[in-house]
Amino acid sequence: MKSRVKLLAAPYLAWLLIFTIVPLCVVVYFAFTDADGHVTLANLGAMRDYLPTFADSLLLAAISAAICLLIGYPTAYAITRAPASRQRFLILLIMLPMCMSFLLRTLALVALLEDQGILNNILSAVGLGRVTLIRRPAAVVAGMVYNYLPYMIMPLHSVLVKLDGKLIEAAQDLGCSRLRVLLRVILPLSVPGIISGVTMVFVPAVSTFYISKKLGGTSTAMIGDIIESQFKTSYNLNAGAAMSLVLMIIVFICMGIMNRFTGDSEVDLL
Amino acid sequence: MKKIALVLLSVLMLAGIFTACGTGDYTATINVYNWGVYISDGSDGYIDVNKAFTEATGIKVNYTTFDSNETLYTKLKSGGVSYDVIVPSDYMIGALAAEGLLLELDYSNIPNYQYVDESFRGLSYDPEEKYTVPYTWGTVGLIYNTKYVTKPVDSWSLMWDEDYAGKILMFDNPRDAFAIAELLLGYDVNTTDETQLQACADKLAEQKELVQSYVMDQVFAQMENEEAWVAAYYAGDYLLMRESNEDLAFCFPKEGFNLFVDAFCIPTCSRNKALAEQYINFLTSPEISGENMSYLGYSTPLTAARQYLEEDVAASEIAYPSAETLSAGVTFDTLPTETSNFISEAFNKIKASGSGWSVWIFVVIGAVLVAAAVLLILRKKKRNKY
Amino acid sequence: MNKLLKIFTILVFAFLYLPILLLILASFNSGASLAAFSGATFYNYAELFADDDLIGLMLNSILISVLAAALATVLGTAAALGIFRMRKPVRKLILNATNIPITNPDIVTGISLSLLFAFVGRLLRIESVLGFTTLLLAHVTFNLPYVILSVMPKLRQLNPSLNEAALDLGYTPIQAFFKAILPEIMPGILTGAMTAFTMSLDDFVISYFVYGPEFSTLPIEIYNYTKKPVPPKIYALFTLTFFALLLIMIAMNLLQIRDEKRRNRAFDKVSTR
Repeated sequence: MKSRVKLLAAPYLAWLLIFTIVPLCVVVYFAFTDADGHVTLANLGAMRDYLPTFADSLLLAAISAAICLLIGYPTAYAITRAPASRQRFLILLIMLPMCMSFLLRTLALVALLEDQGILNNILSAVGLGRVTLIRRPAAVVAGMVYNYLPYMIMPLHSVLVKLDGKLIEAAQDLGCSRLRVLLRVILPLSVPGIISGVTMVFVPAVSTFYISKKLGGTSTAMIGDIIESQFKTSYNLNAGAAMSLVLMIIVFICMGIMNRFTGDSEVDLL
Repeated sequence: MKKIALVLLSVLMLAGIFTACGTGDYTATINVYNWGVYISDGSDGYIDVNKAFTEATGIKVNYTTFDSNETLYTKLKSGGVSYDVIVPSDYMIGALAAEGLLLELDYSNIPNYQYVDESFRGLSYDPEEKYTVPYTWGTVGLIYNTKYVTKPVDSWSLMWDEDYAGKILMFDNPRDAFAIAELLLGYDVNTTDETQLQACADKLAEQKELVQSYVMDQVFAQMENEEAWVAAYYAGDYLLMRESNEDLAFCFPKEGFNLFVDAFCIPTCSRNKALAEQYINFLTSPEISGENMSYLGYSTPLTAARQYLEEDVAASEIAYPSAETLSAGVTFDTLPTETSNFISEAFNKIKASGSGWSVWIFVVIGAVLVAAAVLLILRKKKRNKY
Repeated sequence: MNKLLKIFTILVFAFLYLPILLLILASFNSGASLAAFSGATFYNYAELFADDDLIGLMLNSILISVLAAALATVLGTAAALGIFRMRKPVRKLILNATNIPITNPDIVTGISLSLLFAFVGRLLRIESVLGFTTLLLAHVTFNLPYVILSVMPKLRQLNPSLNEAALDLGYTPIQAFFKAILPEIMPGILTGAMTAFTMSLDDFVISYFVYGPEFSTLPIEIYNYTKKPVPPKIYALFTLTFFALLLIMIAMNLLQIRDEKRRNRAFDKVSTR
């Protein structure tokens, strides 16, 4: 009986093999061959030129994840403290933007920030003059934070809402100050939420190829932009595959380090 | 409740499967792959060319767009897609033909080819008149906003002018971008000399910090709302932009400029060659071409179509420059594969090269981590000793 | 402190909704610019409803999302049941592999699938392999982990003797599953299905690498639009979708509240007796 239940996983395992494992092998194959199919290390060697781009992408994504955490944590906490009926509505309001086209929302952000944009029009109408808000790294970070903040708040909320109120009370009864309760009780217990939130912000942020194009300037090209152009305009599948491979390895290393903190890898990401 | 959900789900799935099957070939459809903003689509009261074609022939047009020759090339080479009509430019046609990606046309299915001017036949990209029917021709020049750019404009050096830093839009494709550097430096636009090309790459890298962004069709929005003041782009699109912003002006730079032809071709992945030829024929009729170009602003290669043009377009010195102006124009030849790979890779590197300081942050972080690890190990060893 | 937190939260919500508000306003704008309001009009909505292509694309998106979510839910639930019964090391290995599409950057997933599809297409000599099928396969692939990861915890919470009890009562194993286990894990399945559906509906990056000229989805076409001057009818579509989703979500919310109240009332009745 037991073995027959296990068989239920068979179609999925086949799917996993064909559409997840095999494609990754194809990426590896392309990364280590040239256009004629000969084995080569040249694609990976050429990564040298793109090192600054990789570093920039990692840095901007890390900053975005940190800011999302700083903004998202208090927000998630505030939501959990709202009365139950309102709480559900607030969560809904957090989820709603996730379902709306991020392309258009980013475009709206551009309209807010650009030189002839709304904020600058207001500034100049007030008499403060125009300021360059867009096409700088900070604008890209703002775009990432804006787009991925809900992905930080959701897992944080789901962890915080499960927190046992009695635990906090007990800590307070034992004479802990509010700050100590936060640092010693609430924060450690919400580590799984923090980890999955940071993952869900960092991974899409480090590989984005739209936000940086719209909000960034010529000096903030991200690795996602380069990979996209290798596959969509330069017809250099091998170089693109090599970059994807490096990006993937970097992401997996980062995630590996992060997962160290949670121990059990069977933590739910949702 | 759950049962209802289940029933609903299965109905939806069934419906899905049926629509999926239903989208099959019950009516003839052709896939047309053209440049963005490159056909009169019924806006501003002009003709909707694709709709007119469907009405005239009953053939449905599945119309999709690309934003550069390189995008088109990549799409065709990557495979997995089928297009019936594509519209590459001169130098790309040569490359596609050389790689055997184009089908020979049956000109007897395209009687309107007779209207194509003699001067647009048998050009270097298709000397034997086998693969192409010209769609438009045009020039590349400087577009600038007279409200902000008050100095006299006559040179590509405007694209390197520090007074307009952050307000300059540059081509987002290697061939057009390199051509501007080549013209400015006095090189041949078809040069294969790598030292010259490297000099152009350096010139373009030097321009990077002044450039607002590398764009193709986004140029419309950026120039129209005055977010950018200077751009190098196609003359035809300037005429379209000017409809929305009267302050925009156009200039043929003194160093010379690109003169291009975009032509209809049928790629080897086509499955409806005869229908594709019907489409090409329809768009090559003088009347359609004239009405189409009245909206587009690009120039028609059919003299017979000029009578259908709107007067102001037909009289435009920018759409139809004098022979004297045109004499400064240069055409792109198909480059050898190594050269086009060289400029494509160089252009990618120019766009990618970051500030580099962030690398150092990671070097420092890495060093700290390694140092910490080494310290830990040393301490453990020491402890083990005792 | 509390007040400060409240103000902060309100600011966060304002930050999230300001661009959306902007797009909604733009849908009533008679000019094409997002940044300058030139006058109110319903013209964009008329344009939208006259555009069969755009509506067709939206139907395409819904079709792909529904099919992908349904397939992923069935496959994923079955998989979760199977994986749950496996020994820990095997289970851990499979769950780690399941995490790949979530942890992997979307762009890498998209690229890897596009390379695979192009290769298979060349192998089978199908010219236009990219399209409906490849989109569906890709969507199911990235939906599966979400379903599995939301069903697994429910299985873990399940009372291990539930199945045995059902069998003792004379149910066949299949009956036992449908009568005893399925209702218990249903919330997890529904969450998974909903997540899958929304993920599919708004996916752009992966779809962008596996769509074909004959079948594309709304996000891809919106991306193509953002490369050209954006026609304001897109904003009208955005606005309509926004309010439709808002209504659906509120309705679901209200239903849930009603359910809970009913359950509480029933509970009260029982306890007062």
